[in-house]
Parts: sequence; C-alpha cells; structure tokens
Amino acid sequence: MRAYESVIGLEVHVELKTNSKIFCHSSTAFGGKQNTHVCPVCLGLPGSLPVLNRQVVEYGIRVALALNCSVARFCKFDRKHYFYPDLPKNYQISQYDLPLSYDGYLDFETDDGCTHQCGIVRVHMEEDAGKLIHREEVGESPAYALVDYNRTGVPLLEIVSEPDIRSAEEARAYLTELKTVVQYTGVSDCKMEEGSLRCDANVSVRPRGSKELGVKTEIKNLNSFRAVHRALDYEIERQIALCKEGRRIVQETRSWDEAKGVTAPMRGKEEAHDYRYFPDPDLVPLVISPSWIESVRRDLPEPPDARRRRYQEQYGLSVYNARVLTGSRETAEYFEECVRLYSRPKTVANWVMGDLTRLLNAEQVEIQDCRVRPAQLAALMRLIDDGTISGKIAKVILEEMFASGKDPETVIREKDLVQITDAGAISGLIEEVLAGHPGPVADYRQGKGKALGFLVGQVMKATKGKANPAMVNDLLKQKLDEGK
Amino acid sequence: MRFNDLTAHELRGLLLRRETSAVEICRSVFDLLAAVEGEIQAYITLDRAGALAKAETVDRDLRDGRELPPLAGIPFAIKDNMCTKGVLTTCGSRILRNFVPPYNATVVERLNAQRVVMIGKTNLDEFAMGSSTEHSSFFTTRNPWDTARVPGGSSGGSAAAVAAGSAVCALGSDTGGSIRQPAALCGVVGMKPTYGLVSRYGLVAFASSLDQIGPFTRDFTDCALVLNAICGHDERDSTSAPGELGDFTDFLVDDVRGMRIGMPQEYLSGGLDEGVRRIVLEAASVFEQRGAYVEETSLPHTDYALPTYYLIAPAEASSNLARYDGVRYGCRLENSTDVIDMFRLSRSRGFGAEVKRRIMLGTYALSAGYYDAYYLKALKVRTLIRRDFEEAFEKFDLLLAPTTPEPAFPIGDKTEDPIKMYLSDIYTLAVNLAGLPGVSLPGGFLNRLPIGIQLIGKPFGEGALLRAGYTFQQSTGHHLKRPRIRGEA
Amino acid sequence: MLTKSQVEHVALLARLYLDDEEKERYTTQLTKILEYARNLDELNTSDVPPTAHVLPLQNVFRQDVVGPHLPAEEAIGNSPEQEDGFFKVPRVL
Repeated sequence: MRAYESVIGLEVHVELKTNSKIFCHSSTAFGGKQNTHVCPVCLGLPGSLPVLNRQVVEYGIRVALALNCSVARFCKFDRKHYFYPDLPKNYQISQYDLPLSYDGYLDFETDDGCTHQCGIVRVHMEEDAGKLIHREEVGESPAYALVDYNRTGVPLLEIVSEPDIRSAEEARAYLTELKTVVQYTGVSDCKMEEGSLRCDANVSVRPRGSKELGVKTEIKNLNSFRAVHRALDYEIERQIALCKEGRRIVQETRSWDEAKGVTAPMRGKEEAHDYRYFPDPDLVPLVISPSWIESVRRDLPEPPDARRRRYQEQYGLSVYNARVLTGSRETAEYFEECVRLYSRPKTVANWVMGDLTRLLNAEQVEIQDCRVRPAQLAALMRLIDDGTISGKIAKVILEEMFASGKDPETVIREKDLVQITDAGAISGLIEEVLAGHPGPVADYRQGKGKALGFLVGQVMKATKGKANPAMVNDLLKQKLDEGK
Repeated sequence: MRFNDLTAHELRGLLLRRETSAVEICRSVFDLLAAVEGEIQAYITLDRAGALAKAETVDRDLRDGRELPPLAGIPFAIKDNMCTKGVLTTCGSRILRNFVPPYNATVVERLNAQRVVMIGKTNLDEFAMGSSTEHSSFFTTRNPWDTARVPGGSSGGSAAAVAAGSAVCALGSDTGGSIRQPAALCGVVGMKPTYGLVSRYGLVAFASSLDQIGPFTRDFTDCALVLNAICGHDERDSTSAPGELGDFTDFLVDDVRGMRIGMPQEYLSGGLDEGVRRIVLEAASVFEQRGAYVEETSLPHTDYALPTYYLIAPAEASSNLARYDGVRYGCRLENSTDVIDMFRLSRSRGFGAEVKRRIMLGTYALSAGYYDAYYLKALKVRTLIRRDFEEAFEKFDLLLAPTTPEPAFPIGDKTEDPIKMYLSDIYTLAVNLAGLPGVSLPGGFLNRLPIGIQLIGKPFGEGALLRAGYTFQQSTGHHLKRPRIRGEA
Repeated sequence: MLTKSQVEHVALLARLYLDDEEKERYTTQLTKILEYARNLDELNTSDVPPTAHVLPLQNVFRQDVVGPHLPAEEAIGNSPEQEDGFFKVPRVL
C-alpha cells in the first residue's frame, strides 16, 4: 500500500438542452454563425434585463433529485464578478449562498467491481459564457482574439462533488456514472467533446491515515474522460513527488496539456479572486413548492442503477450485459422496446450489444437515430425462429436494414434471401457438389472428417448461403454414408 | 401661435378642434429651442426630422378623422439614459458617446404607441449619478429660472426642457431623487412612481433596486395622462409589478376632505432652509383649508437613509457599470498591450470622476471582508427605513415634506465636495429605499426661484398623490408661473 | 481609514487606472464617505432581515420559446472593432 493517498473533488458543468437561453429568448442551438443567436439581453446591452426560463428550473430539479439532493424551498440568483471578454456583463449570473439544491450523493462502481459513494455538495443554475478564439501574432500585426456570444446565456448546471474521490480511476468512474444519470433525466446530451459536459478537478495528496487535507490544485482543460484519468494520475504523482522531496505544493490553477501529458500552472491571474457576489437585483427569488418537486419526481425515468438491477433479476442478464444495456437511457429504452415485442431478452441483448452496436459504432450513429427500429429488429429475430432465414443471413439482412431502413421482409424479398428448406432441391445440389469434388468425397470416406466441412461450404456457396445449414449437414452426411 | 405655456391636455383640445396641427406645435417647439437652447442646453440630441415626420402622421390621421391616443402629437423629451432604437443614447457619458441602441426601452415603445412626438434626448449627470447635471460628460444644463444656477439632477435636462417650454412633457429616472429634485428646482411636477409600476427594460441601469422611470409635466392632469401611458406590467422586467391598472385620471378630483396627511418632523429640521420650511408649512395649511387633516409624525431612521443609500446605490452601480469595457459597444482606447489594459484604459478615460468615485466605493463595499459590514448592514437598515414608512402609513394616507433643503444652487457650488452634493437628495432618497411613490410639485417661490414640496404615498398609492396634487394646483397658482429666458421672444 | 494600496487594489478589481492625484483624492474621499457610513453601526440590526427587493415578488418566469435574434449587423454594429462577424479584442493573456 502506498504511503500517500489522493483527495479529489470534481466540479462538473452540464449544458441544459432547453430551446432558449436561461434569461432570454435567444436560441441555444449549437453551431450557428457567430453572433447570430444573440439579443440585447444575452449581449448585455445597456438597459436589458434578465427573465428566468422556467424550464431551466424544472431541469435543475430533475438532476437534483436524480443525484439524491435536497431541493431548496427558497433560492436566489447572485452576480459573480470577473472581467473577461467572453462575459458580456463582466459578471455571471449564478447562485452563491442559496443554491437550487444541496446534500446529495452518487453511487458508482469502479472496473474492479467495487462500489463507492461520493457526496454531492450542491447543484446550482448559472449562465454560460461566450467563446474566445485566439489569433497569434503574425509579423508586424500583434496577437488578438475574436469573441462569439452565441453560447452566452446557455443554461448550465454546476454539480460540485465532495472531496470523496480517492484515485484517478474513481474519478473516471464517478464521471461516467454522473454522465449516465444526468443523461437519463433527459436534460443534457452530456457530450464532453461538444462541451456540453465539462469537468474541473480539485486534487490534493496527504499521508495515508492523515485527516488533514493537503494543499490542493485545480486542474482545468479536461476535455475527455481519458484526459480526466491521465491528468489526475499525472497530478497525483507530481504532488506525491513534491511531498517526498519535502517541497511545498502551491495552491494554484493548472491546465492539462493533452499533447505533452502534463499539467502546468495557468498564466498568473493579475489578482486574487474576489468575485464580489451579491443578490442580482434584476431577478426575484425562487420559491419551490413541495408539490412542484413531487410532480418532477413523478415524471423522472427509472434511474440507471435500478434499471441495471431489474435487468439482472427480471431478464436474467449478466452484470456486464445489464451495465452495457443501461449505459444510456436511449440504449435501455431501445432494448426494452425490443423485449416488449420479442420475449427472449438474452437474444435481444446479443443482437443489440453485438451486430447492432458494431454497425452503430462503425457509422457513428446514435441508437435513437438508428434506422432499424425495435419492431424491425424483433421481426428479424422472429424470422430466424420460424426458419425463414438463417442466423448468418440475418446478419447480412441487418446490415441492409441499417443502411436503408427497410423491413427485414422487404430485404429478404428484394434480395431473394429466403432460406432453402426444400430437401429435394438441397439433395439435387448435393449431388452436383459430390460429382464435382471426387477428391474430398474420397477423403471423407477414408475417415477424414474434415472434408465434410469443405463439402458443406461448397453446398452453401452454391445456394449463396440460403440453404438451411442443418439440413445441408444432415443430407450431405446421409448421401456420403450411403455411398460408403 | 404660442404654445409653450400650454399643457398636453390643453394642446389636445386645440388639436381635436383643429385650431392647430401637430406639425405647427412641433415647429413652435423647435423655434423656441432655436432661441433658448443656447442658454439652457437641455438636450444632448435633437431629432427635428424624426419629430416632424411623426407630427405629420398624426396630422394625417387627424384629417382622416381617425381616433388618436390621448398624447398623440404632444412634444416629449426623453432622458438620455433610455434606449431609443436608432437614436443616440449616451447616458451623459463619454464611454457611450457613440452608442446607438438596436432596441427601444419599453417606455419608449409605449410612448410610440401614444404617437407622441419625441423632440430629443435630454442631458443628465453621467449614468444618472449626480444632482445638478454638472457631472454630465458633455455640458451643464442651466436652470431656466436663473441660468447661473443648476437645474438639479440627474434628470436636469428633462426638468429644464419642460420648465423652458422646449418640451411639454418629459421622462426622467429617479434613483435617489433624480426626478423630484430637478422638478423642484425647475418648478414643474415630477413623479417617481412605486418601484415596479413602470418597466425598467431599456433604462440604462444605475442602481437596479432603486431606479424608476417617471414623468415631468406642468400639471397633474398631464402627470396622470403620462402615467396611463407608461405604467403597467412588462414581461421583460422581472421586477415589474403584475396586475391590471385603472385610469389614473379618475384620481383628478378637486377635493381632499378627510385625507390624512402626515408631516415627518425629521424632514422639517436640520439643514432645511427657513424659506423652504415656510413654504412647506404654507402648503400644509392649504391642505387643511381644503378639509384635509394634517399632523406631525416621525420617521425615526431618517438620518440613516443617506449612508444607507450611499452604500447600496454604488454597490449596484459598480456591478451594472462593469459591462462598459470597450468590447461590444461604447468607446475603446487604442494602443493597449492586452485586453485587461484595454479595459482599464477605456474605463478610466470613458468614465468621469463621480462615476469612478461611486464604482470605487461600490466595489469596496462588495469586496471580500467588507460585504457584511457595509452592504449587508445597509440592506438591514433599509428594512428599518421601510418599516418607518409602513408605520406612518398606518395613520396617514400620504406624507408631506420638502423636496430639497434649499432652492437651486449656483453652478460650481458643490462640485468639490461630494457629501455636500449628496445632501441635496436628503429628503428624496429614503423614498427610493422604501420603493414608494413620491411627487414634487411647485409649492411657491423664494427670491424668484421655484421651491418644490414633496408628497409621498403608500406603495401603489399614486392615486392619493394625484388627488392631493390636483387639489393643491386648483387652489394655488404656483405651477402657472413661467420663467423668462434670455433670447425668448 | 483606507490606505493607498487598498485604493489601488479596488481600482484593479474595478478595472480602472488611477493617476497619483486620483489615488490621493479617492483615498481621502472614500475614507470620509465610509466613516460617514459607519454611522449605521449605531443601529442594532442583529434581528433585522435585509431588504434586497422592495416588492414581494417571487417565481417570475418566461416560457422556453425562441424569440427573434438581433440582425447580425445590429449585434456587432456598436462594437469598436470587429472581424468577420466577431467582436475583436486585443490579445487575452
């Protein structure tokens, strides 16, 4: 066991997928031309005023409940001041001393199968900032930056964990479970690569057994799950090395450099932070009634951990399969819809996790956008059961369904893929194959069992794979044995 | 024809009887402006072409026999801290000297719906911070009654325009007295409505929890008409009061019998000019003669209003003014080494001394370690000040007080000592802290300078103010006197 | 009593530059105003709730509907410097 342990807390920002921004009617749509999704309010024009989007509160309560938080009866918005060109008012509307919710927890499992629980300090609402594009110095013309305010005012939830996380692996597992839980509530895409899920980490180390916290650093610029894992591993080792050398750890903000694989101090801020929070006088307090909370709770979908347990108990799935199939709400819902239409869950699980996932990954398609709908996949599985097609042909058909969105029956008809189960027809083909391959036939009859496989293959080839493989096998054996 | 002494409701009579036209009224205002504006300097921006075009459409509809809203064709001035789409809106500040808003303030839209004729945008102390217009980045407006004296502020341009006749009605904003104090010093009616009655959307914020827009008029009938036009819920302002409003002209009743009027003793002592005090007492006896019941009362925390105000207002202002950084609008100073340098250069050169003083004060009051001692403490004392008024209004329908401690003071008299300047608002700022309606009306004259008296009402008690003010003006003639301005025909 | 270095720190927080004369003046004036503000300490407010809003309003919402955006030329029309529809600023450290 190592002499030092690390103490990690994560601050996660999740972008909410409302139609309009948190305090104005501008669109939240991703990818518009620069500065076209803006209005006087989100541009911070003189005289403009914020009005709260009710859906943001609704979404916030959903996430708070999914993370087992207490929802505040009374909360308010505060202004957090710092000057930065991507912040149009030079303050961010956020929540300070009376956040939307507090005191929650999240259970998660690491890859070694151990379960952990991490406390959630708070979940609060705030507005996003805009985007800066930095341009380097070129010859005589100095460096400059360009600002796009389309993202300004997009609603965010900030989810702050307790410092309950003890390793980079735990941090990755916590974040994975958090993403799944939030996605299940349907309020965010949680795509790290698009910035709709962002993570900053606070990390310190201390001698194992010590109750005191060490000096912490804050790590920013963590743009993927892998980055979170690698950056924390690096930073923990760096801090432990400093401790061992008896050197001081400086409290600072450090940035993860993905290419170099190191964290480095961010260029020094000009002054210590003094955000000068005070209640935003342009907004009025928010009072959340128990009945509002209950109505949100009623509409919450079954959470992923409950669903995982149910898949194991009700469908008899393995822990692994249950975990994969509940990995996203969309996958779970797809799976359950298939099971509703086709009552052998394990078969469904194999198809969804196997061939379908392979196709989705290859084409980079989300399951909710998949052209093969659950009813079509169920139909395909029934066609195997009733002998219309073989399992092998079914894989070919699924590929065609995936590409075209056609029903399996249509694909079978169009491609003439109905299984050949006519014994007479198969026998005729067998005769031809035996006549054309005297060598293997002789081998088989001399006891070389392997030759049978070759001959079955030849028959299947002659039928373009459509012959019922079991029948081919039986009939071929019969014929060969007759001639012994 | 000379229109400059007439009120909006009188001009409407002339328009409906076809004795004049909106264009004729508009021209006469610009003729007067040509004569007196050099002396008074009420306006930062004039919009002659826009005004005449608007007046022509009113005349066309009059000729066609169309029904027109009550303020159609009336020349209006708008304080230059309210956004007017396509028309320069400077806030009296260098930092916004080239700002042309792409949108209209809600009050501007509501006046447009009334078909008023906007003459121009009036001068103010920079970002409405001041009591004299001497803190305007551009020039000082002169008091039409004595051009060596200030018109008051911050809405000094609007008050002077209505007093001089270069607008019939005007809008101002009042954060600590910025409508009532200049109304008093210029001899016109100026009302600050209850916080939340008029939308703040498009009013460039100074101190958001105190700011309120209100009218300058010559009499109470016009005051009620403008309130009808601009009041009412606005979904773009979260602090806008909900609910339907009645017709404010219903309160124009020449009768105060049975009305209970309190006179806070704290407002009649201390630094109050003896002549002003006498005028307030005379007003009290006018109300008594008309059948009101007048009695002294007490607002025990009055002395704390000024320090409370000078913590809350600068704190909010330091936050509201953070957005002026030279990125999205306004002026930027070139040759900066980086963006922080650009921010600091632009703000240092763009803001005037008073604005910087308040930004510094407010930033300090909100900063780590001082928040509880200053800002939070002030919010608590604000509660005590509110409670004083609540208790007084258990016994009284309205309160009578002076508006200012003295008449208009000479230009330059108080610019060196900020606290001396802040004391000009000593009788008005508690009303903002409590969110109450208050109105200043001409109560008499001292050495040919107008003196204002102030009526303070319960929340949403504008009706009582209109009734008392209307009755007072039916009983006295102070509001009918007009200044003589050099250059005027 | 405010010190000159406090005034300098506040000026940095507020993103202002002050020349020596201004530093002197603001140190004196702010000290005077803040001393005046300490008059409030005469009042015991331990049981008094703060007034952040004078109106007893709560739960003011708008519906989640997309409204009109500013035309691009109006959105950036007031900016001192622009490039290709972006607001342009000096380098950000």
